[in-house]
Amino acid sequence: MKILIRDGHVVDPSQGIDGIEDVVIEDGKIHEVQKRKNEGSKGEKGRRGGNSELGYRIIDASGMFVFPGLIDMHVHLREPGFEYKETIETGTLAAIKGGITSVCCMPNTNPVNDNSSISEFIIKKAVEEGSCSVYPIGAITKGQRGEELAEFAMMSEAGCVAFSDDGRPVMDSLMMRRALEYSKVLKALIISHCEDLSLSAGGVMNEGLRSFTLGLKGVPVQAEQIMVARDIALAELTGGRLHIAHISTADSVALLSAAKKRGLAEITAETCPHYFTITEEAVEGYNTNAKVNPPLRTLKDIDAIKEGLRDGTIDVIATDHAPHHSDEKLGEFNLAPSGISGLETSLCLCMKLVAEGVLSLKELIEKMAVNPARITGINKGTLKVGSEADLVIVDPRKEYRVDSTEFLSKGKNTPFDGWVLKGRPLVTIVKGRIYTWD
Amino acid sequence: MINAGDGTNEHPTQALLDLFTIREKKGNIGGLDVAIVGDILHSRVAKSNIYALKKLGANVRVIGPPTLVPAYIGELGVEIFTDMKKGLKDVDIVMMLRIQIERQGKGFFPTSEEYFRNWGLTSERLSKAKKDAVVMHPGPMNRGVEISSDVADGRRSVILEQVTNGLAVRMAVLYLLAGVRT
Repeated sequence: MKILIRDGHVVDPSQGIDGIEDVVIEDGKIHEVQKRKNEGSKGEKGRRGGNSELGYRIIDASGMFVFPGLIDMHVHLREPGFEYKETIETGTLAAIKGGITSVCCMPNTNPVNDNSSISEFIIKKAVEEGSCSVYPIGAITKGQRGEELAEFAMMSEAGCVAFSDDGRPVMDSLMMRRALEYSKVLKALIISHCEDLSLSAGGVMNEGLRSFTLGLKGVPVQAEQIMVARDIALAELTGGRLHIAHISTADSVALLSAAKKRGLAEITAETCPHYFTITEEAVEGYNTNAKVNPPLRTLKDIDAIKEGLRDGTIDVIATDHAPHHSDEKLGEFNLAPSGISGLETSLCLCMKLVAEGVLSLKELIEKMAVNPARITGINKGTLKVGSEADLVIVDPRKEYRVDSTEFLSKGKNTPFDGWVLKGRPLVTIVKGRIYTWD
Repeated sequence: MINAGDGTNEHPTQALLDLFTIREKKGNIGGLDVAIVGDILHSRVAKSNIYALKKLGANVRVIGPPTLVPAYIGELGVEIFTDMKKGLKDVDIVMMLRIQIERQGKGFFPTSEEYFRNWGLTSERLSKAKKDAVVMHPGPMNRGVEISSDVADGRRSVILEQVTNGLAVRMAVLYLLAGVRT
């Protein structure tokens, strides 16, 4: 099938495009991106949609943005083992509704993705039932127990794009050193969930006056800061490729910034929309949908994270999409699991950064597509001729109200329910296949 | 709904009965110097009393080891002391809290013996407070951990009166909130 996307404002930092262009897709690949050919008024009919006589499915994108399909390098798809929270089928549907056409899924499934059989299962399942591209992330250690290295090379061969013990950080510094050292053979990426478990010690929200007044156990910002500092030191020692997951504090941004200034260019980092959008105040009323790990912090941290995004200290925006069953989130705050279902609100929350002038559109797409592709080595995040036709068409103006009951994800756990946002995807195209959202 | 004390959050009827007891003994609450001693971090009693006492114009100070009295509590407008003698100086009310091992977990202080040596309320330490200061405790007490028996049973203790007032105050709460019209 041939597709012609007309008159959209195309933003593709991978080839320096930021303007009105037509995009032509043929056989699931990008065929052409170019300025509108002058065909007089002949195109008018086509602009209304439907098929033109040329055999193209024409999509009128005037007034809309056209971005390369977004890449979310931090997602929990929950399959195998926690299908009641999410499946590969529902998680990837949620992704494409959010304009995300590639996801990297974390290994904390049951069984843990710590061997190539599980990796192969996930990839096969994604091909059969998934709506977008799925790239598994393997575990750093067997069973994520932090004791023995998992089989990086075999998992890598099976298709894993990175390794992480996300959710159960590698507390043993020697084990982390070995992981960063051994991974160099494969030039593999190690993604670190930075949390000193002995310091966070079962805390459920940011530590401070608010955790005291709510009677909840706090997690100090130092629980993250200490491990960010440790992992930067170990990356420096080993020369391994380190990516810091879900940065939530001003101190972490400062540590990263200093490391990058010292020339540690291999270190990269991500944050998530909730860490630059809402504070610990969202926990008031014991709102378990605002319980997330690391916890929501303060305005000072939000400001530092925005600055880190602006000045390039933070390379990537990922969702840490962590769907949970509503029955689990209905439990009392101390017992409810941590996590936010983020795939379907991510782009809209990120578009606020553009509206606020924190990021340009180009910078936003770098952080949501170009950089994740580069860091994980995925050949995506671009509209270059010949690449797979993954893209998203976004209406920058129309407002909509977030309604978690309409989520395609099984996880309805969002602190953004009822928020009025802009920048919702209208059309997502995955490998040439068109999905239209109302 | 009446909150009868929820976890480590709040305990409003305890604060009401404590305030009732203070008013009985001192006539009013505004301007009094009140020291709350012990595990402030995990105490629902301390929190509800801080809110109520501040609202009625008392000066509140909290005393305890830094592990149980985090600095950010100061943001509530209370003064923080780690030294008992300094903290108790010239106060009108000494409000003791129970050391709650079950809520605390381990490691906030080395042993009960060391805790008592530093923060237990003894007659000697109580002598730093005003001459007519009264001693309160929400009970049950750990004698020899946060309070010595001679103080707990001494003439300045109003602990048993708190228990008596508790019954009356809670009856009043139920009576008023049950919708009785006067």
